[in-house]
Amino acid sequence: MRAYLPAYELQRPASLDEALRLLASAPGEWRPFAGGTDLMVLLEAGKLEHRKFFSIWHLDELRGIEETIEHITLGALTTYTELQSNETMRREFPMLCVAASETGAIAIQNRGTLGGNIANASPAADSPPALIVYGAELELVSARGARWIAYEGFHTAYKQMRMEPDELISRIRLPRASAGDNWKQYYRKVGTRKAQAISKICFAGAARLGDGQIEEARISMGSVAPTVVSCTKTASILRGRRVNKETIGAAQGEMKKEIVPIDDLRSTADYRLQVSLNLLEDFLLSLER
Amino acid sequence: MQTRFIGKPMPRKEGREKVTGRARYIDDITMPGMLFGATVRSPVPRGRIKEIRFDPQIPWDEFTIVTAQDVPGSNYVALIVNDQPYLADRLVNHAEEPVLLLAHTDKYLLEEARRAVRLEIEPLPPVFTLDESDEKKEIIWGEDNVFKSFLVEKGNVDDVWAGADFIVEGEYRTGAQEQLYIETNGVIAVANPEEGVTVWGSMQCPYYVHKALIKLFNLPEDKIRVVQTETGGGFGGKEEYPSMIAGHAALLAWKSGKPVKIIYDRAEDMAATTKRHPSRTRHRTAVTRDGRLLGMEIDFVVDGGAYATLSAVVLSRGTIHAAGPYNCPNVRIRSRAVATNVPPHGAFRGFGAPQSIFALERHMNKVARAVGLSPEEFRRRNFIREGETTATSQVIREAVDMQRLVERAFELSDYRDKQERFARENESARVKRGVGFASFMHGAGFTGSGEKYLQSIVGAEATPEGRVRILAANTEIGQGTNTIFAQIAAEALGLDFEQIEVAQPDTANVPNSGPTVASRTTMIVGKLVESAALSLRQTLQNSKLLADSYSPEDFSRACRDYLAKYGQLKSFSQYKQPAEIDWDDEKYRGDAYGAFAWAVYVAEVSVDTLTFEARVEDFVAVQEVGRVINPTMAAGQIEGGVAQGIGYTLFENVVWRGGRMINNQMTNYIIPTTADIPPIRVHFEEMPYEHGPGGAKGIGELPMDGAAPAILNAIENATGLELNQIPLMPEQLMEAFRGEHA
Amino acid sequence: MPEATEKERSGKVVVRCTVNGRDAELSGFPMARLLDVLREELKLTGTKEGCGEGECGACSVFINGKIVNSCLVPLMQVEGARVVTIEGIASDEQLNAIQEAFIETGGAQCGICTPGMVMAAVNLLDRNSEPTESDIRAGLAGNLCRCTGYMKIFEAVVRACQHSGVKR
Repeated sequence: MRAYLPAYELQRPASLDEALRLLASAPGEWRPFAGGTDLMVLLEAGKLEHRKFFSIWHLDELRGIEETIEHITLGALTTYTELQSNETMRREFPMLCVAASETGAIAIQNRGTLGGNIANASPAADSPPALIVYGAELELVSARGARWIAYEGFHTAYKQMRMEPDELISRIRLPRASAGDNWKQYYRKVGTRKAQAISKICFAGAARLGDGQIEEARISMGSVAPTVVSCTKTASILRGRRVNKETIGAAQGEMKKEIVPIDDLRSTADYRLQVSLNLLEDFLLSLER
Repeated sequence: MQTRFIGKPMPRKEGREKVTGRARYIDDITMPGMLFGATVRSPVPRGRIKEIRFDPQIPWDEFTIVTAQDVPGSNYVALIVNDQPYLADRLVNHAEEPVLLLAHTDKYLLEEARRAVRLEIEPLPPVFTLDESDEKKEIIWGEDNVFKSFLVEKGNVDDVWAGADFIVEGEYRTGAQEQLYIETNGVIAVANPEEGVTVWGSMQCPYYVHKALIKLFNLPEDKIRVVQTETGGGFGGKEEYPSMIAGHAALLAWKSGKPVKIIYDRAEDMAATTKRHPSRTRHRTAVTRDGRLLGMEIDFVVDGGAYATLSAVVLSRGTIHAAGPYNCPNVRIRSRAVATNVPPHGAFRGFGAPQSIFALERHMNKVARAVGLSPEEFRRRNFIREGETTATSQVIREAVDMQRLVERAFELSDYRDKQERFARENESARVKRGVGFASFMHGAGFTGSGEKYLQSIVGAEATPEGRVRILAANTEIGQGTNTIFAQIAAEALGLDFEQIEVAQPDTANVPNSGPTVASRTTMIVGKLVESAALSLRQTLQNSKLLADSYSPEDFSRACRDYLAKYGQLKSFSQYKQPAEIDWDDEKYRGDAYGAFAWAVYVAEVSVDTLTFEARVEDFVAVQEVGRVINPTMAAGQIEGGVAQGIGYTLFENVVWRGGRMINNQMTNYIIPTTADIPPIRVHFEEMPYEHGPGGAKGIGELPMDGAAPAILNAIENATGLELNQIPLMPEQLMEAFRGEHA
Repeated sequence: MPEATEKERSGKVVVRCTVNGRDAELSGFPMARLLDVLREELKLTGTKEGCGEGECGACSVFINGKIVNSCLVPLMQVEGARVVTIEGIASDEQLNAIQEAFIETGGAQCGICTPGMVMAAVNLLDRNSEPTESDIRAGLAGNLCRCTGYMKIFEAVVRACQHSGVKR
C-alpha cells in the first residue's frame, strides 16, 4: 500500500439525496466511489490523486434492472455479475454480457459496476463499445434534477466526460429496438490472455440486413484512441452495400481514418490497426455466415 | 522392489496448514515494537550520486535512516564475486539499485517518507542490451564487461567444415522472465551487538543469507542466525536475493535497536529483484548428407545485469546444456555472461539451460529441414546413447533411450495423426494448427565438482516423543521437500510416515546441507537423509536398545530409552562424491553431472490469423527421471514447470524503458490463468539411478526446458514461420506473417 | 468516550459487520483495505496479499456470499456486511470437502495462493454443484497459481464434487 491513507476520506451518505447534496455543496471536491475496482488499484499504487470520496455502493436507489417494452434500464451500480445473469440482457444484449464476463474474473465482476466503468472513462474498458453500438443513454442526476443524454459522445477526450461536477451517473438505458432479431451482433476483445486481461483492442459491431444488403450498421471500438470510438463513417459507408471485397476494402479505408491507435506497454499501434481491420473484415464476413 | 513409501502419493506434510490458511508466512508474523522498513532506490540506470535531499515536510527525526556509511562490516553481498553493494555509495549501476533505507512504526508515513527522499544523480552513459555490452563501446564492468566466460572443446570443430555436406547457421534469443512467486520477498530482522543478528524470512537458501550477513556485520558465524519461514514459492527468485533484503532489514534493526520487517509490494518485487537472464545463442552446425552431426559451434551469451551475482553459474549450466542429448564428435561452445545497467538477473528454474536448449531445439529443426529429414528422424540419427559422450566428454553410463521417449510422447499426443490432419485442414482454415516437440536433458545437482566443494551435511535426531527429526537446511518452497524427506527416512527405517518430522530450517539448529537449488534436494540431499537416518538406527542398534528386527513402536521406545540414558541422539551424514565422477574445472571437461533426467515434450498449438494469437491446446511431457519418489508431487513439478514454460514462450514479456521494467504489475506482466493452460499430460519412465535415494534423480528444473522450443516448433508446423525469439507475442507473430507475404 | 475522540482525531472510523459468523467492530481509516484490517486487526492472516490490485485472488473473501478481492474493498464499505475468510471455511477440525481434496490431489504446493484458491473453489461449488471443466476454468480464472500449472487444482475440484455429490 503506497498511499498515505490518513489523507483520504470516504464518506457514507445515508441516501442518494444526501449524496447529491454533498456533491452540490462543493462541486468537484467530492467524488463518488462505487465498487472500487479501479480506484483501489490507483490508491494501492500511490497514484490516486483525488483525496475526498463518498461511497455510493450501499445506495439501493442506484441498483436494479427494469424492463419496459421499449427499454432495459440498468441502475448505475449494476454489477457485471448481475448484468450477465439477467435473462433479457443475455438474449437481447449479448455483447454487453460478453463484455461483462470478460472484465476481470468473478471477484471483480461482483464489485465492478457498469456506471463505474463508464465514469472511470478508460479507453480500454470493455463495455463502452457495446454500449455505443446499442445506442445507450445515461441518466445524470444532481441536486438540480435529472437529465438523459446519449452515451455516444459522452467521453470527449482522455478521461474527460460531458457531465457537470455536481452530477452523478444514475442509470443506463438501452433501447430494445437497437438489438432486435433482425440485427446481427459481433463482439471481440483481444487481450494477452484468455481470462482477466486488459484489452488491446475491443470491437463491437451490429448490422441489420435486408435483401442481402446492409441497411444499417453500427461499429464501436475500444483501446484504439484516447476514448472509446464510435466509427460512424465506417458504418455509414456500409449502408446499402452488399458484403464483398470492395465493401470490406472501403470500410477498412474509412476505419483507418477513424481510429488512432498508439504504442503502449500492452501493444503497438501497428498491431492494433492491423487487427482492427481484420476484425472489421471478420465482422462483415460474419453477416453472411 | 517392494516399498512402503517410495513411489507412493503421500500427502503433503504441511498440507493441512496450507489449505486452512494456518501456515505462517513471513508477513503473517509480527513482533512487539516492530518497525517497517523501506528502500529508497535509484531512478537512473547509471550515474554518480551527488546529493541526497530530504523534504522538510517529513518528521525525519522519527525515522531510522541507513546509508552505506552505516554498514558495520563489508558493504557487499557475499556470493561469488563480491561486487554488489548492499547500498550504493558513490556510483549507481542500475535503476532500482538500493541507496538508502528507512524504518518507522507507521507504514503509511513510511511510504510518504520514501517519496520525500530525492536522489541527485549525475547520469553516466548506460548499456542496456547484451549486444551493446558485447560490443564493448562502453565499459561498465571490469575491463571488458564480461563477468565470466567458458570454453568447452571436444574433438576439433575447425576440421569439419570443409568436409560437411551442409553447414547450417542460426541465431536465437530469449527474453527476461520474472519468477512471480505469489508471495513477494520479505524478512524480519532483530540485530544488536550483544545478541548478534537473527533474520526470519521467505527464502530458498538460509546458509547463503548466513554467509552474506557474516561479512556485512563482520560477526562470527555463531552470532548470525537465519530461519526460513513458510515460503510462498521461489523458483530461483529466492536463491540469492534474500541475502539483500535480509541485510537491509538487519542494518535497520541494528541501527534502531528494534525488530524491522521489510515486505516488498508486488511493484517493487518485480522492478527490483532478479529475473531470468536474457540470452542470445548462435549456432553453426556441420552435417553429413545422411543427417549425421559432424560438428557444432555454439556461441552463447547471457545478460547478467549490473552485478555478477550468480551469472557465472547460470552461464555454466546453460553452456553445458547447449549441445543437448546428441552425439556429436566435434563441439566447441564459447560462452560469456556480460554486464548491462539493468537490475541483476539471477537464478530462475532451469538456470541458463532453458535459454540454450531453446536455441538448440529450434536449431535442430532447422538443420533437419536443411538435410531434408523430419525433425524426429534427424534427431533419431543423432541421439546420444550409453557409452557415448556429451559436449563435455562425459561418458553416458545410463541406458538412456531417447528414441523410446519420442515414441511414447508421439503415441500419447497422437503426434503423427495430428500432423497429417492439420496439414490437410490448415489450407483453408483461419485458425492454423500444428504440433511440435523438443528433446532434451537436464543435469541434476551442482555442476562438476560443485557438490564436492559444498560438502553437504544432513542430520537425523531422535525426539523425546520417539520420532525421528530430519535436520537439513533445504527448504520446503512448495516442491515437497518435507514430504519427500519423510518418505525417504520412513522407508529407510521401516517406520510410519508420521514418525518422521522435518525440522524448520534454522542455521542455529540444522547443518548446512547446501542450497535448495539445481534439482539437488531429492537426489543429493535425499540420499544424505537416508544415510543419516540409517546411521541413527545403527547407533541405537549398537547401544543394544534396538534389535535387528523391530516394529515402529520398538523404534520409538528405543529412541526414548536412548535419550533417557544419554541425553541426546543425533547422527550426521556428509556428502561423498561417487568415485567415478571426474571433472576438470580448468578445461571444463568431464562428468558435469552425476545424473541427467531425459525428456521429450510435445506441444499442440493453434494460431489465429485474425488476431495473431497463438495458444497451446494440448501438451504431453514424457520424461525419464530415475525412480519417482512421490508421483503426485513429481507430476505437480512437471505441470508447474510446463505452465511456467508456456508463460515464458507466449505471455511473459518484460517491457523495459531506460533500464527499468515498466510493466511491473500483475495486470501488465501476464502469467497464464486457469483459462490459458491446456491439459498437461505427464508420463514418467523410471530407471532407478544407483546413487539417488530409492533410485531417484532430480526433476525440479527439467520441465522448464522443453515447452518453449516445443511450442515454437509447433507454430512452425502450423504456419511455416521460423520464429526464433521468445517471448513470442502476437505483435511479433503479425510481423512474421507480413514478412512471409511481403 | 476518550477512545472515540482519539479515533476521530486520527481520521479512523469504526465499522460493524460480522466476520466468520461473529460480530466484529473494525477500526481503521475509511479507505483501509479490508485485507489489511482482517490481517492486522483480527489477526486473520490466512487471507494473503499477492498483488494488491485484484489480479491474483490470493486475498479472496466472501462478502454477503459473493467472492471479492479484499485488497479492493475499503473498510467503509463493509458496514453491516457478512464477511467470511478462509478461517471460516473449515468447521473446527472438520475440513471442507474442497480442502480435503486439495490435500489429496496435490492442489497445494507453496500454499500462498491456496487460501484464495480454496475460497474460489468453494464459491464455484456453491453456485454450481456439477461444474464442467470449462466452468472450473472460468470459476478459478481470478486466482493465479505459479506452482501447480492448475492441473491438480482442477482435479481437486472434481474430486470434491464427487465426495460431496451425495450431500448436495
